[in-house]
Amino acid sequence: MWDNIKEFASEFFVTGDPLIYGADVSIALTLIAVVTALTYFKKWTWLWKDWLTTVDHKKIGIMYVIASLLMLFRGGVDALLMRTQLAVPDAEFLSPEHYNQIFTTHGVIMILFMAMPLMFGLFNLVIPLQIGARDVAFPFLNSLSFWLFFFGAMLFNVSFVIGGSPDAGWLSYPPLSGKDFSPGVGQDFYIWGIQISGIGSLMTGINFIVTILKMRAPGMKLMKMPMFTWSVLSSCLTIILAFPILTITLALLFIDRYLGGHFFTLDSGGNPMMYINLIWMWGHPEVYIVILPAFGIFSEIVATFSKKRLFGYKSMVFALMAISITSFFTWAHHFFTMGTGANVNAFFAVTTMIIAIPTGVKVFNWLFTMYRGRLSFPTPMLWMLGFIPCFVVGGMTGVMLSVAPADFQFHNSYFLIAHFHQVLIGGVAFGYFAGLYYWWPKVFGFKLDEKLGKWAFWFWNIGFYVCFMPQYVLGLMGMTRRVSTYGWDKGWYDLNLVSTIGGFLMGIGFIFQVWQILHSIKFMKKAPADPWDGRTLEWSIPSPAPVYNFATIPRAEGKDWYWEEKQRIAQGLPPSPRPKLEPIHMPKNSGIPFIMSAFWFVAGFGLVFDWLWMAIPGFIGIVVCMLAHSFNYKTDYYIPVDEIKRTEAAAAGRGV
Amino acid sequence: MAKSENLNVSSASHHGGDDGHHDLEGMRVMGFWIFLITDFIMFGTLFATFIVLNDSTAGGPTGAELFEMPGIIAETFILLTSSFTSGLAVLAMNRGNRKALIGWLAVTVLLGLSFISLELTEFFTLVHEGANISTSAFWTAFYTLVGTHGLHVSIGLVWITAIMIQLARHGINPVTKRKVNIVSLYWHFLDVVWIFVLTIVYLMEVM
Ligand code: HEM
Ligand SMILES: [Cu+2]
Repeated sequence: MWDNIKEFASEFFVTGDPLIYGADVSIALTLIAVVTALTYFKKWTWLWKDWLTTVDHKKIGIMYVIASLLMLFRGGVDALLMRTQLAVPDAEFLSPEHYNQIFTTHGVIMILFMAMPLMFGLFNLVIPLQIGARDVAFPFLNSLSFWLFFFGAMLFNVSFVIGGSPDAGWLSYPPLSGKDFSPGVGQDFYIWGIQISGIGSLMTGINFIVTILKMRAPGMKLMKMPMFTWSVLSSCLTIILAFPILTITLALLFIDRYLGGHFFTLDSGGNPMMYINLIWMWGHPEVYIVILPAFGIFSEIVATFSKKRLFGYKSMVFALMAISITSFFTWAHHFFTMGTGANVNAFFAVTTMIIAIPTGVKVFNWLFTMYRGRLSFPTPMLWMLGFIPCFVVGGMTGVMLSVAPADFQFHNSYFLIAHFHQVLIGGVAFGYFAGLYYWWPKVFGFKLDEKLGKWAFWFWNIGFYVCFMPQYVLGLMGMTRRVSTYGWDKGWYDLNLVSTIGGFLMGIGFIFQVWQILHSIKFMKKAPADPWDGRTLEWSIPSPAPVYNFATIPRAEGKDWYWEEKQRIAQGLPPSPRPKLEPIHMPKNSGIPFIMSAFWFVAGFGLVFDWLWMAIPGFIGIVVCMLAHSFNYKTDYYIPVDEIKRTEAAAAGRGV
Repeated sequence: MAKSENLNVSSASHHGGDDGHHDLEGMRVMGFWIFLITDFIMFGTLFATFIVLNDSTAGGPTGAELFEMPGIIAETFILLTSSFTSGLAVLAMNRGNRKALIGWLAVTVLLGLSFISLELTEFFTLVHEGANISTSAFWTAFYTLVGTHGLHVSIGLVWITAIMIQLARHGINPVTKRKVNIVSLYWHFLDVVWIFVLTIVYLMEVM
């Protein structure tokens, strides 16, 4: 009996590595600290009522941002561990198995649990305000999406200390990820962690499409929408077309592993190549899903800080749509070398190069917007400026990779690693940072310290080039990706050391950002409603926005309606008439999304360990939650006019 | 019981656009259509894998050897009829006839149940004859595709039943009306998917 328990425990808890014991201890300490603090300050009801059950898109957005910054930390630590290992030849800091686990979790976490939720956070924080709406189309579903992401991410993360991490790369190609080669539970954590959060992403896609199509303020025609809203629409359209493919692909992999199926096995007629096609039919559009909103953010920022209307609005919209459509016809460029044939390769090489055209259009439009503008350079604008050279170089090396014959050389080398980090960090991460800096005062009602922000900016940017430029060279010198060590004789030593130093510089940049936030909370400087002299609707309401966002819905004719309104008022014209106050209809909070997602966690955990006694109650719980929601008719309430008046007066009194 | 709250919900949704409220019921229908598109892509992916693995029987039994068409034709007939009865339910709803509405939904559920039981019988027979999910890639694809459709039908059954209870409690109002419309949309969708299953999985295999 005792032996059985011991054996079980040694499989269940990952043991034998000091790094993991360290993680165990820090997780336990953090949990104890959080529970004690919540109990001591009697904050449990506050947590439940104000946050866990909220359906307010602004709060959901904040929770997304916090969760994704935590994931950025975890993914960043992974990155630095890898870079430490690679800093010197023949290093024995990480074992090869551990290295495999780390590059897998790093990739998954950065893309699915850092970039995606940060993006959803910005959708939530900005879109309803920017289109003059009081909420998203489906507030309940919105909260459910968040909690599914959250519990999915947690399920993926516990694999580190319970059961063991996946180690077959961030896209988990079979047969490596099949039962024969990966018998452990790591792959199952991968499947269910991503599956659960992926369902949330799909629902967010649907939610924001309906929100944007149906809830714009009267007068805001489609071709008058702010550019960020357009980019979110195109990103969400891409989500609803791409994510179903991911859902199915993971389900098929699960059927192979769990029910002994043969979709992707090497025997009994299975076809691993089919997985690679399917996963990239999702994977390539996914890259554009995360970059399109960054384009939207840059368009907003460049117009605001150039004090000019965005150059080439129509071509910008067209470029967004062109990119999201073309992104579906390029997937095979990820496996030029796998014997698909010259004609197929040629087709995908050409479609890939075509994407460079609309992207180039956008870059030129941003430059033309700045040309002869009245420029200013606060932090959001700095990130925008840092992005342009980074993205141009990343785009060019991407075109180099898209030349099929050349790819036989670059394939799976550090050249590729440098390329995609250049677009992912320089485009996605810098883009979302810019967005966070830009909308921060609107969301939280206070400004972030500019000086610390500039330190962060320079550390990230310089660190970036120091880290990744040497990697292009290393790639050309023959260093392949996913190697955990190399010999002195290769001559890769100095460049790898430089690259590692660059990685740590970016780490310092991150520390500056955390410091900046803490510092700005401590020495809080209240932000006015319109701190940047903005152009779009979100700047017309108090910071932070009241629960109901807009006391009365504006009629937003004209592309930069708020900007034009300010000009009109400056010329002494009366402000546009607003309708009189009416009671505001709002959705009620609900605990169901949180509880239902927790049941998903239970079900997923049960399936990971093959414990039906746990999985089945989990699924029953999910169904019961759905029915409970369906039977609930008391889902909304009204905010009376008096209360709106009080809230608005208080906001005005705060010295806007 | 909760009659007055219903009215509250429905009057709110017809408040006109200016309280920033928009047409709630219309938005939900639109959201559901988009959901159907995503579901359609999921089935499309499954069909694609099935077509790729169509010949990958790895020396095991083929579909042509084991499929028994009379049972499949009966399933098809039953599902098509249930789609028709769900349409009759919507007609009854639009006439405001709650009894007929619930009655036709009940008929739909019964037909759906017999579809599922026929399908399960088919699966058991196949397994008995030596074709289970791990026999070959072909059978893995078969069970996954047909099983996913069956799972959708089963979810639909629970869902329709839940709506029948709500209709009995709250009667016909804008909220329940929207729910009935959406579930019948879903049910027709499953019908369309089944036609594809019938053609691609069964007819093309045995012909
Ligand atoms: C903060 C600085 C970062 C550093 C220093 C860094 C470093 C690394 C390293 C050393 C690898 C492993 C290369 C190999 O051995 O194959 C890697 C892989 C990867 N990184 Fe990063 N990374 C960073 C940020 C990011 C970000 C922001 C993203 C995405 C948004 C990202 C996405 C990926 C992906 C997808 C992989 C491939 C994983 C795989 O091979 O399965 N990284 N990174
Ligand atoms: Cu690609």
